[in-house]
Amino acid sequence: MGAFQRDILLIAATVAAACALPGVFLVLRRMAMISDAISHAILFGIALAFLVVQSVHSPLLILGAALTGVLTVALSEWLRNTRLIKQDAAIGLAFPLLFSIGVILLNRYASNVHIDIDVVLLGELAFAPFNRLIIGGVNVAPLSLAVMGGILLLNVFFIGTFYKELKLSTFDPALAAALGFAPVALHYALMALVSITAVGAFDAVGAILVVALMIAPPATAYLLTDRLPRMILLSVGVGILSAVCGFYFALWLDASISGAMALAAGFFFLLAFLLAPDKGMLAALVRNARNRWAFAETMLAIHLLQHEGQPEEAAESRVDHLYKHFRWGERFARRVVVRAERHGVLQLSEGRLRLESRGRVLAQRQLGLTPADPKARDH
Amino acid sequence: MVELLHNLLFDYTLRTVALGAAVLGVSSGILGAFAVLRGQSLLGDALSHAALPGVALTFLWGGTKDPLFLAMGAAISGWLGILWIQSVTRYTRVKFDTALAIVLSVFFGGGMVVLTFIQRLPTASKAGLDQFLFGQAAGMIMSDVAVMATLGGAAVALVLILWKEFKLLCFDASFGRSIGLPMVRLDLLLTTLLVVAIVIGLKTVGVILMSALIVAPGAAARQWTDRLGVMVALSAGFAVVAGVIGAALSSTAARLPTGPMIVVCLSTIVLVSLFLAPRRGIAWRWLRAQHAGRRLRMERVFADLYELSRQHEDPMHAHDLATLHAMQAHPAGVLDNLRKLEEQGWAHEVEPQRWALTDRGLEHTHELERGNRVANLGKET
Amino acid sequence: MNDAALEIQDLTVAYRNTPVLWDIDLDVPFGTLAAIVGPNGAGKTTLIKAVQGLVRPAAGNILVFGKPYRAQRALVGYVPQRGSVDWDFPTNVLDVVLMGLYGRIGWFKRPGGQQRKRALAAIEQVGMLSCASRQISQLSGGQQQRVFLARALVQDAQLYLMDEPFQGVDATTEKAIVALLKHMKSDGKTVIAVHHDLQTVQAYFDWVTLLNVRKMAAGPVDEVFTPENLHQTYGGGVAGPGSQLAEIDDPGDRG
Repeated sequence: MGAFQRDILLIAATVAAACALPGVFLVLRRMAMISDAISHAILFGIALAFLVVQSVHSPLLILGAALTGVLTVALSEWLRNTRLIKQDAAIGLAFPLLFSIGVILLNRYASNVHIDIDVVLLGELAFAPFNRLIIGGVNVAPLSLAVMGGILLLNVFFIGTFYKELKLSTFDPALAAALGFAPVALHYALMALVSITAVGAFDAVGAILVVALMIAPPATAYLLTDRLPRMILLSVGVGILSAVCGFYFALWLDASISGAMALAAGFFFLLAFLLAPDKGMLAALVRNARNRWAFAETMLAIHLLQHEGQPEEAAESRVDHLYKHFRWGERFARRVVVRAERHGVLQLSEGRLRLESRGRVLAQRQLGLTPADPKARDH
Repeated sequence: MVELLHNLLFDYTLRTVALGAAVLGVSSGILGAFAVLRGQSLLGDALSHAALPGVALTFLWGGTKDPLFLAMGAAISGWLGILWIQSVTRYTRVKFDTALAIVLSVFFGGGMVVLTFIQRLPTASKAGLDQFLFGQAAGMIMSDVAVMATLGGAAVALVLILWKEFKLLCFDASFGRSIGLPMVRLDLLLTTLLVVAIVIGLKTVGVILMSALIVAPGAAARQWTDRLGVMVALSAGFAVVAGVIGAALSSTAARLPTGPMIVVCLSTIVLVSLFLAPRRGIAWRWLRAQHAGRRLRMERVFADLYELSRQHEDPMHAHDLATLHAMQAHPAGVLDNLRKLEEQGWAHEVEPQRWALTDRGLEHTHELERGNRVANLGKET
Repeated sequence: MNDAALEIQDLTVAYRNTPVLWDIDLDVPFGTLAAIVGPNGAGKTTLIKAVQGLVRPAAGNILVFGKPYRAQRALVGYVPQRGSVDWDFPTNVLDVVLMGLYGRIGWFKRPGGQQRKRALAAIEQVGMLSCASRQISQLSGGQQQRVFLARALVQDAQLYLMDEPFQGVDATTEKAIVALLKHMKSDGKTVIAVHHDLQTVQAYFDWVTLLNVRKMAAGPVDEVFTPENLHQTYGGGVAGPGSQLAEIDDPGDRG
């Protein structure tokens, strides 16, 4: 692997890790689409700052752009608070306007300089290693690697410092407020973090990939674990994996690197969506199918318990009653009965079902009755 | 300006562009209004991005720019996007917004990959990136408009035919199901029509900003009316106006992409609506609050004067300004309010610094008391 | 069995295999005002929805006037929870009430003068005639509830299913709704309402079902609405939260 490829991979992996960190909290707070809004809206800030300083690599650019991101969030929240429009519409109104103005400004006044609109939007990772950070005449590292490395450290520092507060305000904002954790301030701090990350990543990988790297890896991790620390680590891991796989995929196809990375991130999410143990679609389907039998068995036990010793017991405990009142198919009903009999829940004799002691306990436990309690009587 | 108007009517290119923008405005305005009411504003954003790989792939495989062909490709990938969002939210604990963001970015990334292939094609007819991303109305020809009009016309006709069913779907779907209407299918149909409206706009506005054409007209129209029919019509009207103006402006100067220009026009309409719409508008509310505040302060002074007059044998007795001052927490405005009361004819300055009720003012106090009694009565029954 | 307006046999409903209702048997006689009472999460709303096929039961049979709901749809009127819709929707009172007739008008057609007259009559019946053209976001909670009632009235049904019709309404509306219910009963209609205020059950209804995931008791209010049954519904059996236990242990609650 050449130094050039190594640089690209390093940049991509750093971007992926930096994006995944705040992304975890966006996903958990149900604010995933904010990443889309911010990553588009910062173009306005970039364009404005560029017109002022006439340079693509000024720190002012990052600052201006990050401010625009926070501004977008504030703007859409203000719009929502007027109660004139719903929240989703408020987000959907604020960022296209800022983005449009940014595009127009860049098209009109900056199209002959370094900022090319396609590059801003889609990123051009392949060119990223060409801009070097040079300190004292020594070629240290690619500039975007230095910038993203700094942002990654900032994210790690922020989440490390405010971990407890972030966790609490994510899962129980009311309690966080009551404990004096200032959830609003934390919210805007997180938005600022997302904005800064988006601006840094934007230059290297473009606006849309920022969304892919911020949301898809945390969503993948969300399907794999229930614990927040593990979810954070997994998100970073999946993000880096997506970046590396995407890079080689793009190399193989000779296609857009950032596009391929988004595809890779999507692919890993798809895998988790289908196959994740316990939380994936397949697991859910298998569980549903399996539970269906156990559930039917319990249902039958409860039915028999409810009518035990009642005048209508004779009618209610007939197997053919199940087809009519339970609306079960004949085959399904027969198989449920056979299973229940095998499990010692009930006994079948002469077309009538009788509850066995195990079935009685099962039904009583489901209904929250202790065996000593008198059974519920209907009339 | 006059020249622009002239060109709109007689210049072939501009006329085509404007016509296309108008067709787009009608369909996106109408379906967007429904999307906004259903809380699907961001779905429009995700679906328009999701259309990119469809357009790009059909172009790459078919090697044609036949608008109907491209539209079908876009619709299919938009549909796949919906399918993915629905199954993800249905079978896993991943939430709707996360599913939207993933579909949006991953589909778009896939589209980007395909676009890099297209850029390498030697064919002369290769499509520039900008055209897919930001729209390029200038490249539009009459056959494009014809396809757009056909698709849009069909979508709008369906909305009109199923008007009351769609209205019920948006307002109270579970009631609709209880009276036997197939709400799930209607939901799917309306979402599909939204995809159609998005596909129609891709050529003019591009995938990135198409969502604004879905959200903005409906959000603006909602401010002006409380009737669904009026709202939908207004929404279409706003989108047509913004579309035609935006497209026309972008064609007048170099390097003014159509999509962003239309969005800026639309956003202006939204801002104007939010501020100035009668009753709901922000300016309107502010004025009303101001007016109510002023009225309240005046009435407080009036109430003080009445209170004083009740304590005196002669209700028309004049009272010192200083006394009235003492009765108010903020004495600064008392004199102003007394002057306003004087304009109303309810109080008058008997001698310098001394004020009294007038006959009409006394009558007004009786009216107020009756009013209070009636209001209390109203609460009882 | 022929005198039952609603007959439920062995109904079990589950969301993702978590049971919400277990094996419910229930007959609601024709011409009663029936309350469904139980703690939060007892499955009251689910029961009403299951009757109309809005949620799919895992097992069980539901008959409305002796036939499945699908065949009897025109005989059933529905008042959903007030909070289930967006009251900022751009429409007015008359329009919402007309929605009650959509099932009859049929596909593609618009409501005509005849339907408007019927809708206005229903609006008058709930005392809202002066607000017929008012935008729905300008209504108070009680007025919103009356609009929903008018929409159900216009359905001209025999059996009415109401989900918390008294929730968050003012005293005036509450009285008006009670009067309306009594009037409906005298017209031979059957009303089944989810109700949460234990203090008013005896005054407003003549029939009651106590529900807490399973049916705890059902029958005429005088016989069934007893301290023991209430205690079992809210406290014993499927455990309800302790706070509710305290609430009904207060003898004043039962008047």
